[in-house]
Amino acid sequence: MLTNYGYIGLFLIAVVLFTLFMVIIPIALRFLKIVPHNPNPIKNSTFECGMETIGRTWVQFNFHYYFYALIFLALDVLVVFLYPWAVNLRALGFASFVAVIILVAIILVGYVYAWKKKVLEWK
Amino acid sequence: MGMVVSFWILAAVGIIAALGVVLLRNVFRAALSLILCFLIVAGLYVTLSADFLAAVQILVYVGAISVLIILAIMMTREVAQGSPNSRFQIPAFIVAILFLEVLVLTLINTPWPVSSMPPTAPTTAALANSLFGEGGYLLSVEIAAVLLLSAILGAVVLAREK
Repeated sequence: MLTNYGYIGLFLIAVVLFTLFMVIIPIALRFLKIVPHNPNPIKNSTFECGMETIGRTWVQFNFHYYFYALIFLALDVLVVFLYPWAVNLRALGFASFVAVIILVAIILVGYVYAWKKKVLEWK
Repeated sequence: MGMVVSFWILAAVGIIAALGVVLLRNVFRAALSLILCFLIVAGLYVTLSADFLAAVQILVYVGAISVLIILAIMMTREVAQGSPNSRFQIPAFIVAILFLEVLVLTLINTPWPVSSMPPTAPTTAALANSLFGEGGYLLSVEIAAVLLLSAILGAVVLAREK
């Protein structure tokens, strides 16, 4: 059982090493004089995707996003109950299915309430 | 042996991440450090053979609460300036030291009972049986759903306030 987590740990170590390696490559190449280092303002400017920002880049987002996050959080906690049930579905049988339907129905009341109060609408 | 090594690595990284939450000036970086701290706690749960708890930690804390925190930061003005100096630095430090003392004293003086039984290997199925199975805590699960419902309703009512 715990050896499975060992594999996850190995993956994590590989991820960290790969990320560090990718950062170190250009630095190492510059020290070895393989990559030339001639900065100028145009080279240092932001390029590639999107337009140049006018004003500040950190704009405030619409407060409406927050409702999605709050409701997402509540439904995420619901998953905590659904997850063990789904793992042991065959052994638990039909009675537990009914119980889960009731569980989801209770939570759906809150979702429908948020919907009817036009919280999920984009204005 | 592997458990002890992984515990100490997780503990060290966790403490560094927690210090980062407190010491980093940029709120966004502090939030990212907090997420690392949540992940480390999930790893600690794994070393304690609480695999379902680890999954829930990642699902709820790393998945949802961090989204909530980062959304709140996105709505904050002047994030790039960093948090200003607080007048309460020294009082907060004293209170934190006192709280730490209470925690450490409790930790040392409590007789922690250790079960001689080996831990259940995959805990998820056993948890499902005691939650939804015969003679389980089905009513408590439904009451927890009502609690969640009231949390959603409360959030909608509070946050809609202009």
